Amino acid sequence: MKTIYRAFAPVMAALVLCAALAACGQSAAPAAVTAPADTASENDTGDSAPVETTGTAELSGTVNTDGSTSMADVMGVLTETYREVQPGVTVNYSGTGSGSGIEGVLAGTCDIGLSSRELKDSETEQGAVAHVVALDGVAVIVNPENGVADLTVEQIADIYTGKVSNWSELGGDDAPIAVYGREDGSGTRSAFEEIVGVEGECAYTNEYGSTGDVIGNVAGNANAIGYASLSAVDDSVKAVAVGGVTPTEATVKDGSYAIQRPFLMVTKDGVELSPAAQAFLEYATSPDVAETIAAAGAVAPN
Amino acid sequence: MQAVFFLCGLVAVGFVLLITVYLVLSGLPAIRQIGLFDFLLGSTWAAGQGQFGILPLILTSVWGTAGAVLLGVPVGFLTAVFLAKVAPRRLADVVRPAVSLLAGIPSVVYGLVGMIVLVPWLRDALHLPAGDSLLAAILVLAVMILPSIINLSETALAAVPKEYEEASLALGATDLETYFRVSVPAAKSGIAAAVVLGIGRAIGEAMAILMVAGNVANMPALTKSVRFLTTGIAIELNYSAEGSLQRQALFSIGLVLFLFIMLINVLLDLVLKHDKEV
Repeated sequence: MKTIYRAFAPVMAALVLCAALAACGQSAAPAAVTAPADTASENDTGDSAPVETTGTAELSGTVNTDGSTSMADVMGVLTETYREVQPGVTVNYSGTGSGSGIEGVLAGTCDIGLSSRELKDSETEQGAVAHVVALDGVAVIVNPENGVADLTVEQIADIYTGKVSNWSELGGDDAPIAVYGREDGSGTRSAFEEIVGVEGECAYTNEYGSTGDVIGNVAGNANAIGYASLSAVDDSVKAVAVGGVTPTEATVKDGSYAIQRPFLMVTKDGVELSPAAQAFLEYATSPDVAETIAAAGAVAPN
Repeated sequence: MQAVFFLCGLVAVGFVLLITVYLVLSGLPAIRQIGLFDFLLGSTWAAGQGQFGILPLILTSVWGTAGAVLLGVPVGFLTAVFLAKVAPRRLADVVRPAVSLLAGIPSVVYGLVGMIVLVPWLRDALHLPAGDSLLAAILVLAVMILPSIINLSETALAAVPKEYEEASLALGATDLETYFRVSVPAAKSGIAAAVVLGIGRAIGEAMAILMVAGNVANMPALTKSVRFLTTGIAIELNYSAEGSLQRQALFSIGLVLFLFIMLINVLLDLVLKHDKEV
C-alpha cells in the first residue's frame, strides 16, 4: 500500500507546477501597478515641446509599459537608447499581449499600453488613444527548398482555409502543404488572420507558442508555410512575395506590402501622463528614433 | 522533535488543500459561464470564436496516455524482470545506471530529440505534411514513462522473499515459470503502482509533447496534430488576456486534469484494496 502513496508524489508535483504557473500568470498584472497619478500632480506637466523635453529637462521616475509581446524588440532598443537621453527614468516593459496591455492602460495599471494591432472600436470608445511607433510586416514564410516565391493574398487565404492543400496547385512540387501558425490569442495570428481575411477559418496543421518556433519548424520542414513578424525572419526561411511585392522595410513603409500591422503605444484620453511617461512617448514617436526602430527590425512610420 | 515531523507532514497536506481549493475556485467560473455540458462535450476549441469545448483535449489525453502505457508498460515490465531476476550482475550494473539516467533527463530534452529526430522521420516515413502528431507524442511519452515503471517494478520484484522462489524451484518449476508464476504475482501491487506512476507521468506531461504534438485541437487521430489537456493550458496561457473567458477556461482545463488524476488514483486504490481482501 505504501508504494501506492509514493506513486502520488509526481502527480502532485505536476499539479503544484501547474498551479504555480497559473499563479504567476495572475500576479503579472498587479505587479505592474504603479502610481502615475501621484507623480503627475507633483510635477509641472503638460509640457508640449515635443523633442526638446527629452533633451533638456532632467526627468526621473518610472514608466510602466505593458502589452504586445511582438513589440519586445522595439521596446528593448527604445528603453536602452532612452536611458542615455534620460538616465533618471526607468522604463519597465512587461509582455502580456496586446489585449491586456490596452486593458491595463484603460484600467490605469500601467502608464502606456502596447498594442501590435489597430485598436478595436470597443477600446476607442473607452478612451484608448493610439500613437504609431512603428510598422511591422507579417511575412509569409516557406522553406528555402520550396520553389514557390510569390503568392497572392487570395492564395494565402486558400492555403490557410485548407482549400489548397498541395504545393503543385501553386506551381511548386507535388507535396502536401503543412500549414503552420500561432496559437489563439497571439497578436501575430490575429493580425495575419484579420489582414488576410481568414479569421476563425484557418485549418492549421500545427500551432506554435512563439514566433521562433514557427520559423524553426518552417526551416525544418520542406512542406511548411508559416507567418512571422518580418523583423524576426532570418535566412533559415524564405519570405514569399505577396501579390508581387517582397516584404521589405521600404514596401512596408510605403504601404505596398499588404500584410502589415502597426506597433502602437496606447494612452487613455483625458488621463494625464507623468512627465517621464509623456517624455518617453514623445521620444518613441519622434523621427529621431527611426534608426533605433530599424535596428529592432521594425519600420519607423516617419 | 515529534512536532517538527508533524509540521513537515502538514506542509504537504496544506499544499494539496491549497491547490485543490485554488483550482476549484479559479476553474469553476468559466465552466459555469460556458456550461458544463458544452465545456466537457463540446468538440470545438476556438477561443477566438468563443468556443470552449474540451472534448478533443480530453480524448487526446486519454488516448495519448493509453498509447504510451500500452507501449511502455510491456517494455518496462520485462526490463524490470530482466534486471531483478534474469540479468547477470555485470550486465545489470550497466543497464541500471542507464535507466536512472533516462529518468534524470529533463522532459524538454525528450521533446527536443523528438522534435529534431522523431518528427521529421515520421513525416518522411508516413508521407505526412508534418510529422507532429499523436503518434509522435505517444512514442515520446512511452520512453519517458519507462524509468518509473522499471524502477518501481524492479524494487517490487526484488522485495519478493527468496523462499517463495526457492520453493517454486524446488518443486521443479523452471526459472521463467518461477519469475512469472511466483515472483510477479507476489510483486503485483508494486507493479500496479508502477503502472499508475507511469500513467500519472504521461497524463501530466506537458513540455515534451508540446514540442512534438502539433498543438491543434483536433479530435485525436494517430497521424494528426493534437492538443492534450496539459499542452492546451501551456500553449495559450501566455497570450490569453488577464481575466478573459479564455484565461478562465484554461484554469477549468486544469481542474479537469486534476480530477482525472484523482480519479485514476482512487480507482487504483480500490483495485488494490480489493486485491488485498481476496
